[in-house]
Amino acid sequence: MKAKTLFDKIWGQHIVKENDDGSVLLYIDRHLVHEVTSPQAFEGLRLAGRKPWRVNASVATPDHNVPTTERDKGITDPVSRTQVETLDSNCEEFGITEFGLDDIRQGVVHVMGPEQGLILPGMTVVCGDSHTSTHGAFGSIAMGIGTSEVEHVLATQCLIQKKPKVMRINVNGARPNGITGKDIALFIIGKVGTAGGTGYALEFAGEAIRSLSMEGRMTLCNMAIEAGARCGMIAVDDVTIDYVNGRPYAPSGEIWEQAEAAWRQLHSDDHANFDKELNFQAKDIVPQVSWGTSPEMELPITESVPDPLDARDEVQREGWSRALQYMGLQAGTPLQDINIDKVFIGSCTNGRIEDFREAAAMVKGKHVAKNVKLALAVPGSGLVKQQAETEGLDTIFREAGFEWREPGCSMCLAMNADRLEPRERCASTSNRNFEGRQGMGGRTHLVSPAMAAAAAIAGHFVDIRDWH
Amino acid sequence: MQAFTKLNGLVAPMDRANVDTDAIIPKQFLKSIKRTGYGPFLFDEWRYEDHGEPGMDCTNRPKRADFVLNKQRYQGAEILLARENFGCGSSREHAPWAILDFGFSCVIAPSFADIFFNNCFKNGILPIVLDDLVMDQLFKACVKHEGYRLDVDLEQQTVTTPGGESFHFEVDTFRKHCLLNGLDDIALTLTQTDVICSYENERRKSASWLF
Repeated sequence: MKAKTLFDKIWGQHIVKENDDGSVLLYIDRHLVHEVTSPQAFEGLRLAGRKPWRVNASVATPDHNVPTTERDKGITDPVSRTQVETLDSNCEEFGITEFGLDDIRQGVVHVMGPEQGLILPGMTVVCGDSHTSTHGAFGSIAMGIGTSEVEHVLATQCLIQKKPKVMRINVNGARPNGITGKDIALFIIGKVGTAGGTGYALEFAGEAIRSLSMEGRMTLCNMAIEAGARCGMIAVDDVTIDYVNGRPYAPSGEIWEQAEAAWRQLHSDDHANFDKELNFQAKDIVPQVSWGTSPEMELPITESVPDPLDARDEVQREGWSRALQYMGLQAGTPLQDINIDKVFIGSCTNGRIEDFREAAAMVKGKHVAKNVKLALAVPGSGLVKQQAETEGLDTIFREAGFEWREPGCSMCLAMNADRLEPRERCASTSNRNFEGRQGMGGRTHLVSPAMAAAAAIAGHFVDIRDWH
Repeated sequence: MQAFTKLNGLVAPMDRANVDTDAIIPKQFLKSIKRTGYGPFLFDEWRYEDHGEPGMDCTNRPKRADFVLNKQRYQGAEILLARENFGCGSSREHAPWAILDFGFSCVIAPSFADIFFNNCFKNGILPIVLDDLVMDQLFKACVKHEGYRLDVDLEQQTVTTPGGESFHFEVDTFRKHCLLNGLDDIALTLTQTDVICSYENERRKSASWLF
């Protein structure tokens, strides 16, 4: 039998029909829904008189718009409130399970899904959100889609797709201390660029990847989209199986045993053929910080802000110059000399329990620096919040001068009240440093939770490997 | 969906790489539950001096004079020239909705981000990939000649300059068919109901944990 990649195995299992032009009708096992990209899709169903094809395939939760303070007062912004209420009424009308604002399971859709066992190895997973790539961490094909495709999946449980090429990225050797999934993600994006993965499904492999927890793997796959990839994925192993076992929506008993046997096959075969393969050494990775307005504009914490004169071509030089101007940075400034105004720990990238444990370990017994106006710790879900509180992490954050908030997307994209003011500089565990992403004129530096937490205490970026 | 067949349109140049969907339509406008009305807020932070909010009347908002789409000569443009990786970032379909609502129905770039590219086809916008050298040539001509227009013919898969120079572009057969005819692909997929049901029945037996 021909050796297959992980991607090819799952893709092959989901082909409903092959079309003449090379595209396929691909079956979708799981569809996650949130309030921002679904209202027009539900409206489309209504106008066409259609019903969801398989109602239990979709699960919804509000996340982008929700307030992270004073939940009991509801949503004060009327436009946001309408959108969340529209999700509630659409889910009720069409019979879709929703974890609403008053449910402890509510949270960032990409934190909630895995936590509930809604994401299983070998699945095809979609959501009207680019960071759906997160779920590839389970050895699944997980893709972000637009609203028209949300409607298409609701109506047909399928998508018309062209098979992407497959690229394996190996990170070889042991993962050095202090190097997280986030650092690996930023490192890779810095190397391949934000369009380096365009047209590809990425498989992350190698010793350093296998040593990551599920949280770390989700962080890495989450950012596959920032490399332009259609999806990112990691082979199933004991870490995957152990994480899924016992979750509310995971199978149990005899069916679990059948499922596990099938999941154990979800890895690329020896000698499988990849369209492209890249190799990196884990020992070359140090804690990363982004300096510009694209996730590829990132450097090791030991470096300085680059000079546009060193750019590879005119288009990049123009991009770097514009980024330095927007970020208010001078070429040649050591990254460790950059002072920050705000700190954000959370998001679908880094809003899981391990992220808060790592951040809490940095701030325990210390206090945020005087120049830091606001330090936010925003759990990715109600259950992450509850777990953190059980472990006393909320107290550690509060005593260090952090605000401990309710779950949601928060300042990752600032659709709610949590945002940067013009020219404010933020150490953020989120995924995008685009202009205006965290608020108009706001300046975002992407880092790991430990790096963000240490920056909060120091008031500027530090190398956590030699920081006390 | 509105069909796209041929277009002879005024061209505007967006000469920067990696234009992301946060720039195309900032997040505050994603709170709408409609598909229309995003045009006045296209590139909001680059286009206006002040902070935009949904529902604002944009007619008297202070505009940034140096922003390309604010220039008089590009008013009424229907074709946007862009650089590499246009539409990167979020999957928000509000980005193509805003582009369409503003008046563009064709974007030409050396490369696009996957999700954005796909979203365009679902909304009657034709995204065209031409190579870097051709793009450089079109950018130069567009900036040099006020009122520069291009002819786009989807059936023939060509972009033709006023001087008669023609460039061929690739497009998927199925996407082309849908765009030329303004077809709703959900209706097309639903003609496959039997095949989907039989696939599901098989999977229920071989992988019951998925249902």
